[in-house]
Amino acid sequence: MSVAIKLVSCAKTFADGTRAVGPLDLEIPPGETIVFLGPSGCGKTTTLRLIAGLESPNPGGRVLFDEADVTEISIERRNVGMVFQSYALFPNMTVGGNVEYGLRVRKLPAAARAARVEEMLGMMKIGELRHRRVDQLSGGQKQRVALARALAPQPRVLLLDEPLTALDAKLRDALRVEIDALLRRLRMTAVYVTHDQAEAMALGDRIVVMSQGQVAQVGRPRDIYFAPQSRFVAEFVGTMNRLHGVVRNGHLEVMGGRVPWRGRGGGEVEVLFRPERAAIVEAGAGQVKGRVATSFFLGDRTRLLVEGVSSGTLVVETTDRRDWEPGQDVHLVIDPDALLTLDR
Amino acid sequence: MARRGRGFWAQLAFTVLVAAFLIVPVAMSITAGITANFFQGVKSGLTTRWIAEVWRLYRDTIFLSMTIALATLVVDLAIGVPAAYVLARWRGWLPRLVEEALVLPIAIPGLATALALILAYGTWREFRTSWVFILVGHVLFTLPFMVRAVLAVLSSIDLPTLEEGARSLGASFRQRFFGVVLPNVRAGILAGALMVVTLSIGEFNMTWMLHTPLTKTLPVGLADSYASMRLEIGSAYTVMFFFMIIPLLIGIQLAARPRKPATLRDEAA
Ligand SMILES: Nc1ncnc2c1ncn2[C@@H]1O[C@H](COP(=O)(O)OP(=O)(O)OP(=O)(O)O)[C@@H](O)[C@H]1O
Ligand SMILES: [Mg+2]
Repeated sequence: MSVAIKLVSCAKTFADGTRAVGPLDLEIPPGETIVFLGPSGCGKTTTLRLIAGLESPNPGGRVLFDEADVTEISIERRNVGMVFQSYALFPNMTVGGNVEYGLRVRKLPAAARAARVEEMLGMMKIGELRHRRVDQLSGGQKQRVALARALAPQPRVLLLDEPLTALDAKLRDALRVEIDALLRRLRMTAVYVTHDQAEAMALGDRIVVMSQGQVAQVGRPRDIYFAPQSRFVAEFVGTMNRLHGVVRNGHLEVMGGRVPWRGRGGGEVEVLFRPERAAIVEAGAGQVKGRVATSFFLGDRTRLLVEGVSSGTLVVETTDRRDWEPGQDVHLVIDPDALLTLDR
Repeated sequence: MARRGRGFWAQLAFTVLVAAFLIVPVAMSITAGITANFFQGVKSGLTTRWIAEVWRLYRDTIFLSMTIALATLVVDLAIGVPAAYVLARWRGWLPRLVEEALVLPIAIPGLATALALILAYGTWREFRTSWVFILVGHVLFTLPFMVRAVLAVLSSIDLPTLEEGARSLGASFRQRFFGVVLPNVRAGILAGALMVVTLSIGEFNMTWMLHTPLTKTLPVGLADSYASMRLEIGSAYTVMFFFMIIPLLIGIQLAARPRKPATLRDEAA
């Protein structure tokens, strides 16, 4: 039932001349959950709408579902399920009516419709809301109804555009876990748009990081996180620290000390590393020394903004229970393997 | 309850006075319509004779007014609702211009519109002498009210996304227009409809120019009776007009009220 999606040199230029997307090529194998991640305005929604059939690509671009060219097929006949940030539930219908809508327009017999609605309501745990009007629902309930409605007609792909963005943090986490479980269980090809990298990491089999209408990198969440191929990806996904210094005698010399250098090249360089690859150590044991600029107590850990190591501020996290005061000295060891040299 | 100050009572008195000033003529008119002889006053006795007389002389105008009002409504619904939909869905400067231009028939004096119609089509005899001529004038005058009422509701909902949702579920244009768009603008259509019927029934300016001796509407007949009949008949006529128009006015008020969040069962489900 689930299909492979293929975008072939798909570009989209709007009537006003805005080039929103690409040309980009992308292959999504059947059953995969792929997440489009990127800053606002990078073309995530537009790409999703190209797949849905709500926009058509510039001439030359093609959209394939399982090798069948659907570029010319309108959304009404593409059989895609869509979930919107704004829910887009029909206010003139009850919860049950909304879920049933896709079955009704397909003219399914009443008994089959009723059974399927029941199944969907049960799956999304909203059976008791059946007769509610949609304006009497909470945001989380609305999005459950929207999912049930989108899935009821057994679409070939599920397309979700920032479905959790309108919800508050706690609800967002709960529903994200549920959507994740749902997508795994259904093994349906799903495209999920978000600008929240934690959401992308948690949900995606693969992540497509987008920047200015182009694919910056495609890969599994860990590849994106551990092996970013560009500065843009490195800094957009997770937190990155920058070290600016000079390579000399097998060490990278920075303002606050020196770190063993295993990389190639020499001279002046700028390298990146993740906060968790630096450890706080006792005075004397450190490679570099800095000063605490600010500390944030996060409960399970403390996040320190450290200055004086390099020209910018570094983010370092620690699980120790010390009270960190601004101005206090801090000694760090940075894993030399964690240093990333990215030219782009 | 706190004692009310002098200001409150002064204001109340003023309000009552203004209301009385407005209501007294209405009450007089109604009284006149059911008094045997107005110049002798109520002591001459109450009667329905004048009302019967009006019915005999002018009932055609009442039927014609109702016919024209309903026909106007049908035409306004058929043109105005789709027009509002197009205006709501279509972005850019042209639709905004059209929207603004829509107030023109309201702003231009009815007499001028009527004159323009007569100049343009007056020589087409069958048309000029039929009630459809008046209908055209009424549609011109009332259509903006229908369009604006529907447009107001359309722009308060996220119509494009609702329709995209429906499309993704496989709904054709027809299915989503009748199943999603119309039901969600019902309040606007209702408000517009009541407005249109009320305006059409009461319209005098334009109709006075457009009518022929065989196509008199109620307000035209009313003017006619004031000019040529005894006062009691004119007043009785007014009474009948009230009976037609007041339920409509109340209807407009009710339709304009925000909907109660009642738990409605989905009719279609
Ligand atoms: N209908 C349109 N007409 C003109 N330009 C558009 C249209 N829709 C989107 N754009 C432009 O195309 C670019 C990509 O927009 P898109 O909505 O795909 O971004 P996005 O990644 O989804 O952003 P966000 O995270 O803010 O939703 C933006 O510059 C946007 O302004
Ligand atoms: Mg978007």
